[in-house]
Amino acid sequence: MSDARSVQPAASARKPKTYGLIAEFTTPADIYHAAEKVRDAGFKWWDCCTPFPVHGLDKAMGIRPTILPVLVFFGGLTGTTLAILLQVVTNATRIDLPFLFLHGYNFMISGKPFISGAAFVPVTFELTVLLASLSSFGLMLLLNGLPRLYHPLFKSVRFARATDDRFFLVIEARDPKFQQQRTEEFLRSLHPAAIETVEA
Amino acid sequence: MSTVIIDNTVDVPGRRAPLVLNHSDFGSVTRDICQVNESPRPPKAWTIAFVIAAAWAGFFGMLIGYLIFTGVGVWGNNNPVMWAFDITNFVFWVGIGHAGTLISAILFLFRQKWRTGINRFAEAMTIFAVICAGTFPGIHIGRVWAAYWLFPIPNQMQMWPQFRSPLLWDVFAVGTYFTVSLVFWYMGMIPDLATLRDRANTKLKAILYGLFSLGWRGSNRHWHRYERAYLLLAALSTPLVLSVHSVVSFDFAVSQVPGWHTTIFPPYFVAGAIFSGFAMVVTLAVPARAIFGLQDFITMRHLENMNKVILLTGCMVGFAYSMEMFIAWYSGSMYEKFAFINRAFGQYWWAYWIMVSCNVITPQIFWFKWVRTSVPIMFAASLLVNVGMWFERFVIIVTSLAQDFLPSSWGYYKPTWVDICMLIGSFGLFCTLFLLFMRYLPVIAMAEVKGVMPQANPHAHHGGQHHEEARLEKEVAHV
Repeated sequence: MSDARSVQPAASARKPKTYGLIAEFTTPADIYHAAEKVRDAGFKWWDCCTPFPVHGLDKAMGIRPTILPVLVFFGGLTGTTLAILLQVVTNATRIDLPFLFLHGYNFMISGKPFISGAAFVPVTFELTVLLASLSSFGLMLLLNGLPRLYHPLFKSVRFARATDDRFFLVIEARDPKFQQQRTEEFLRSLHPAAIETVEA
Repeated sequence: MSTVIIDNTVDVPGRRAPLVLNHSDFGSVTRDICQVNESPRPPKAWTIAFVIAAAWAGFFGMLIGYLIFTGVGVWGNNNPVMWAFDITNFVFWVGIGHAGTLISAILFLFRQKWRTGINRFAEAMTIFAVICAGTFPGIHIGRVWAAYWLFPIPNQMQMWPQFRSPLLWDVFAVGTYFTVSLVFWYMGMIPDLATLRDRANTKLKAILYGLFSLGWRGSNRHWHRYERAYLLLAALSTPLVLSVHSVVSFDFAVSQVPGWHTTIFPPYFVAGAIFSGFAMVVTLAVPARAIFGLQDFITMRHLENMNKVILLTGCMVGFAYSMEMFIAWYSGSMYEKFAFINRAFGQYWWAYWIMVSCNVITPQIFWFKWVRTSVPIMFAASLLVNVGMWFERFVIIVTSLAQDFLPSSWGYYKPTWVDICMLIGSFGLFCTLFLLFMRYLPVIAMAEVKGVMPQANPHAHHGGQHHEEARLEKEVAHV
């Protein structure tokens, strides 16, 4: 870890557009402590890229809890409403919605009430779960800005190990506190295994 | 890969048994799991199995064509046994799927960390089993071109499905189950697909794994939402998996047929589903870990834990069988009483006793630890349980229909060659899909396995706790 070095020191001079600086760490504990220091230094546009979710790193980075569960609740609620409307309209009314080809039909089955609450429960439950699940997956991707075909970080050969066994700290150039020289010095003070400048 | 065999099935109170053996760093975990996909040639056993499975899957497809062009009469189904092998296979395959969701969702909520070694391929098993299950009612309806009547699609006939029917609930339950399981499986795979993308050595691999990994880069801001979404999916799948086989059991329990009209069916079906599903996971895990050298990740402890679940659910199933008998007698209904005496001693007595010996007696051997940790015995037992669970559905469906209320409408069902070949063919389809999955997709959840290794704990360096733990683990391992 003492061999901290910069791979492309002249990158910013040669090319003005920089995506940011990445620092490589070898253990979860190292990135955890480094993240605490970056958080305390007041950076905003920065991230940690790890092969698996490191326990407690959210707190070390100061990430606020996501709004996802609230949105998923409304996704589920949509499913419930849709299911009840679908069953009641198609099986227990005579509503005509010509443009949707929706015509209700009063099914008379073994003298049961048209709106059979108990019999409508299974489908309502299933559609609630379906829409809640799809929204938790879809909204997770949406909030994460995925899917994407390209990202500047993929340019770095070193960064490929972020999905294998290395832990990367990324400080983006668009952060107001970012200054090539000073940020690099700051990163070096965290004792990473390596530092690299990534072009935009 | 090291060949040291470590016994991690020893229970030491207050200590976690190691879940990954012979690996002390993350890089070697990645390497040893990815070699399944990255070795230039698949193992010979894989190729042989694939050829056989694919041949049967192809034959299955031809038989479906034969059935559609000729009619459902190619099966042995006839009045009064209108449901036979087809619905037996449907219920059997849906049941198999349940273990995957149980491992991925319910064990996740219970924080059972040993699930990480087996959850990926148990989930894959779920998906493929539900595909096989869905085929049978799809072709059973006779006029397959009218299959869309099952769904509430606005149509020129202004005709809607009838939402009070359990058969329609089934369409929604199984459809939802398949979709949610697929999402759960795929979402869990995204970080591992990214690993394969970053290790790809050909352009094609990089493009394909790149597309399906959706640009995942392991950002912790992403992990944060990802973990939350995963927890939500687990919480949603847990009631879902319990509901699916309950709804399947409603197909029977809501009807009036003696032997079907039973309130015990939903819990009994769910226990049976988990029982058969775990047996299938063992059946698949034992050869898979041997062929691809995954013994360090699917350890003896994983297998032993699964055998414990098989023992527990086997006892639940046995209890349900005896309770059915008791209620048939206690109800005082002569039709109920007849249905159950007939089940055990009537014309299908052999099917009933195959079921009881495979499902109730076989799992009892797992009370002994040396049996739970013996690979050949557990493999044989898991096969017997699969046979027994298939016969359970056969017994419920066929004996109840063959002899119901009036002796004038009684009959005897015999399968035709098409019935039997379709059953084998569905196994061919299942195995084909599973073998393809083994070779081309990350077969063990790498990101999750790394996360449960002791090295993943970021607080490990404080106060030497890590070294203390590692020392104790070594001790445990060599007991």
